[in-house]
Amino acid sequence: MPWWRRLARDRAVLLLALPGMAVIVVFQYLALGGNVIAFQDYQPYLGIERSLWVGFENFQILFSGDPEFLAALRNTLVITLLQTVFVFPAPIVLALLLHSLVSNRVRQWVQSILYLPHFLSWVIVVAVFQQILGGAGLINNFLRSHGWQPIDIIGNSDAFYALITSQVIWKDTGWATILFLAVLAGIDKSLYEASAVDGASRWRQTWHITLPGMRPIIIMLLILKLGDSLSVGFEQLILQQQAVGLGVSDVLDTYVYNQGVLGGFWGVAAAVGLVKGAIGLVLVLVANKTAHAFGEEGVYRA
Amino acid sequence: MSTTTTAGPAPTTAGPTMNDDRPRGRMRPVIDGVAMPGPMERTVKGIVLTIACALVILPFVGIISTSLATPEQVTEAGGFVLLPTGIDLSAYRMIFAGGVVTQALWISILVTGIGTTLSLALTTTLGWALSRKGAFGVRAMLLVVLISLLFNPGIIPSYLVVQRLGLLDTLWALIIPTSVSAFNVVVVRAFFVQLPNEVIDAARIDGATEWQLFWRIGLPLSKPVLAVVGLFYGVGYWNAFFNALLYMSDASKWPLQLVLRTYVVDGAQLGSQDLGIDAASLPPQTSLQMAILVVSIVPVLLVYPFLQRHFAKGMLTGAVKG
Repeated sequence: MPWWRRLARDRAVLLLALPGMAVIVVFQYLALGGNVIAFQDYQPYLGIERSLWVGFENFQILFSGDPEFLAALRNTLVITLLQTVFVFPAPIVLALLLHSLVSNRVRQWVQSILYLPHFLSWVIVVAVFQQILGGAGLINNFLRSHGWQPIDIIGNSDAFYALITSQVIWKDTGWATILFLAVLAGIDKSLYEASAVDGASRWRQTWHITLPGMRPIIIMLLILKLGDSLSVGFEQLILQQQAVGLGVSDVLDTYVYNQGVLGGFWGVAAAVGLVKGAIGLVLVLVANKTAHAFGEEGVYRA
Repeated sequence: MSTTTTAGPAPTTAGPTMNDDRPRGRMRPVIDGVAMPGPMERTVKGIVLTIACALVILPFVGIISTSLATPEQVTEAGGFVLLPTGIDLSAYRMIFAGGVVTQALWISILVTGIGTTLSLALTTTLGWALSRKGAFGVRAMLLVVLISLLFNPGIIPSYLVVQRLGLLDTLWALIIPTSVSAFNVVVVRAFFVQLPNEVIDAARIDGATEWQLFWRIGLPLSKPVLAVVGLFYGVGYWNAFFNALLYMSDASKWPLQLVLRTYVVDGAQLGSQDLGIDAASLPPQTSLQMAILVVSIVPVLLVYPFLQRHFAKGMLTGAVKG
């Protein structure tokens, strides 16, 4: 059938797809065109059409040793590393723990409670942590009323990374177990039975059956994490920059926002954002290839 | 370690997903082949999980208690109250009196309502269209949707699009850019794809149009998935902070999350002028702050049981079967 016939035949399907596709195309793909201002001395009152082209001038910030940019880059990498080491394994451990609960009722209750923080906004989470740990918060009031020294956590740049790491763990560990639990429930029961007959202990079962069964999902999530490693908690950090200062809390995304939208250095901010996005994409592709090389499914297979 | 399965073959008949029908013998050293935990391990697990649950619940108790406690008790405690001695609703009366908080609340309700409706409409129509394998352009469109999952256009480009469309400082800026989640489209499509073809073919032979297939067959059969996806969109709009921060410089159009940031996280003083009242004395700032927090958390708590009932079922079956 010639293509115009098929087009005419399927026009109802295409019409149904149109509005949703339009949103994705405009806000995901056409938006990419906005990156051209990375090559401009962009002035909002001139717009993209009349702003002057400056070639790669804006990209010099990446190599000129600009202290603010370097701080943002360093903070991003440090926070990503902390999250990979401390935040990533937490739901795996919790999922194993939940999975080993014998009573389904207890497990469902615990799950319902621990999933909840995921559905709260970062504004609420940050506010809750302030109320508990802040200078006039629950813990410090308790310490003071017993004659002890209050501890300085909120607004203390030395404690900041510990603070944000615990915030992420509090908010998302429970929810992140959901995928692991689904995988655990799907592991073939006969493997456990066979190993039990062979005299395997619980620990050996975990080591030889459960963990290998979880390997594909763990690798897939690590890949996603790697692809995302230059984007760390924009909302979480921007909310706390006022209290703790940019020195420890500025990351690439907040740098782009602060320099571009707030500071008016649109071209430079766009250049940093563009490079960040490009590296992120390359990271996903490379990590996915690596997963295939190790014989895993990865995120997608082209 | 015991290696016997006391209940004989019973565990296998229980099936892989139905753990409730386990035989209740006196000794069950092995269930479904998994050795049972010893007393030591059970104690440790119990303690760990109790602490984890307490860490989640206690802050909520504190926030709700403080918002309800009497001004005297809050002042005396210097902030946080865990057990209120009396109930005082004046903080709630003040934030509902028509000032900035009330207005932000209305804006959040409006954005969440319109946004969720629009999102569901766009996501289900697109998901349905993409499930019609073999139709013109469907493969290409599916690819466009899937590839969009791999990258993010970035903060500045997103801002420029919204600006160019003239949406800055309008409520549409809080709705349209996030109205279609490619991930949700894929989930909904996965559900439509596994509907039995016979039903659709039969309806088509009876002369149903594409729209009728979608509206009369697709949608009614996919209610559980729509419930989950709708709730996720709803919670997303209610909690959205990034879009509002980026696109709304006009404080009179701020949703609740931005008001929450200004008056609770950043600790700006809420005066009687902001609250739209002329009261000589206000409750302590902490009481007002906690009341705002409660108001922003309660809607999430209200839909949470529904979300919870569905997400394990609808979301994962949809996503995993892909």
